[in-house]
Amino acid sequence: MSAVTDIRAGAAPEAPSIGGETVERQTWVDMPFADRMATVEFRIAERPHIVVDSELCEGCSTQACVTACPADLFVPTADGKILFNFEQCFECGTCYLACNVEGAISWSYPDGGFGVVMRRS
Amino acid sequence: MPDVAVKPTTGDTTGGSRDGTPPAAFDAIVVGAGPAGAAAALTLARAGKSVALLERGIFPGAKNMYGGVVYGRVLDHLVPNWWQDVPYQRWVSRRATMLMTPTQSLTIDYRSDRWIEAPYNGMTAYRADFDAWLAAKAEEAGATLVCSTTATSLLRGADGRIRGVSTDRPDGDLTARVVIACDGVNSFLAKSAGLYQAFDPSNFTVAVKEVLRLPREVIDERCRLTGDEGLDIEIVGCTAGIPGGGFFYTNRDSVAVGIVVSVIGLAAARVRPEKLLADLKKHPSIAPLVRDGELLEYSAHTIPEGGYDVMPELVGDRLLIAGDAAAMCLAAGIWLEGVNFAIGSGAAAGEAAAEALDQGDASVAALAGYRRRIEANFVLADHRKFRRVPHLIMSERVQRQYPPFVCDIVEKMFTVDNPTPKLGLRRWANDARRTHGVRLRDLLRDGAVGLRSFG
Repeated sequence: MSAVTDIRAGAAPEAPSIGGETVERQTWVDMPFADRMATVEFRIAERPHIVVDSELCEGCSTQACVTACPADLFVPTADGKILFNFEQCFECGTCYLACNVEGAISWSYPDGGFGVVMRRS
Repeated sequence: MPDVAVKPTTGDTTGGSRDGTPPAAFDAIVVGAGPAGAAAALTLARAGKSVALLERGIFPGAKNMYGGVVYGRVLDHLVPNWWQDVPYQRWVSRRATMLMTPTQSLTIDYRSDRWIEAPYNGMTAYRADFDAWLAAKAEEAGATLVCSTTATSLLRGADGRIRGVSTDRPDGDLTARVVIACDGVNSFLAKSAGLYQAFDPSNFTVAVKEVLRLPREVIDERCRLTGDEGLDIEIVGCTAGIPGGGFFYTNRDSVAVGIVVSVIGLAAARVRPEKLLADLKKHPSIAPLVRDGELLEYSAHTIPEGGYDVMPELVGDRLLIAGDAAAMCLAAGIWLEGVNFAIGSGAAAGEAAAEALDQGDASVAALAGYRRRIEANFVLADHRKFRRVPHLIMSERVQRQYPPFVCDIVEKMFTVDNPTPKLGLRRWANDARRTHGVRLRDLLRDGAVGLRSFG
């Protein structure tokens, strides 16, 4: 996975680099977020099931998706856009429910057999 | 669609047509093999109908998580003696409700022997286990389970009527005389059919949960449990004022701890959900229960919590909706139930669909037996009874004022403040009311709503 989730517990706030762009993150946690996400099984599809229209995100001051996505997949960039990675998505729908910019988040389910696989006992 | 055994349909032309389109491949398609879909497929198959049960996960339950208890009474007539082979983790013997502030907690904790013997009350279970088990019952009854297949849209004939679903398989159109959408909280099929008049994001919460591995005997000791007994705690006041709550429950050799918060409230507060969860895990009343637990899985899901007043139309032409897709989670404070409502509504939908198929008519009028069934049983009766409660539970007062108000009263009751004499409940309550800005008018009004609902 990318630097999106590579945030160290207890470390000073970092500025992870994604796609060459430096981004500011809210960084606090009781464990590295990447370790948290590493406990989840994902079968990663080729087709992104969520598409973010970053142009529309530029005017967004709330960036609700960045706060609310349980998988922390939405990353604000310094120039006010949103970087998004669909790969470790729980398919919960929080992002589109929270988003108040019409059309910014296009949401569907991953193709059959892909995406999150919850744990069996 | 590989190797889908197709039973002949039972005769009439519903979903096929008299104008030359081929007859439907199935009597019914059920979208989603969660508890609602599995129950619908089970009742349809038992009624002798050919039914395809579509599941987008690699197995039923692969996409599902919850906040932790399955109440089994609804299974009694569907799967007699279900407790003999259900993949449960523990039988819930202790059911607790906790009011919490950052430094206080008040718990009502009930335990019963009756809940750890057949026919049992509630069980903890991994949804990936439970949902797969129930779907297997539908398969045994004759339903055709098709996994790894996402239903992308409703399939309509030239006349505009529903005649099946499109899937993401090559040549993936699948025809049927009736479709039952049990496609979960995001309910894309119900929305596309126009059954949601209004779709308000403020009716949804998001849950995040950690499953933590602990030795079985450690869980037993910490939670005062013996054998197969389990503990379930529901918590209010643990979400930093964001409307919502928390939960803790025991599996066999793991525990689960989670928070549930309003999606809109979470975004507005600009707090990450895992931060809220970490804070709950650090609370002195929860920390000893989860200490040294090794994270087995982090997960998240949204929940439709708006209740009766925000439910969609449940019946369309050749279409029924059940379970989370129909917003059938009961979030009524001391009662937090969903799987049982999914099973109850799914089973009723399957029965009503079978009845309509027998009449050769799956119009809205012919499918009215669905609503009639669930109005007559707990599914809609409970929701109607508690229709005002979700709003009350998520109110500023219940979320921010009442937990510290109540905790302070109890704290004063049990603080021995010699030489000051005991002031008495009325004085303590009035003091606590002033401290937390609780208005008598609100208390009386909320009390009345509570009495009307719970009484």
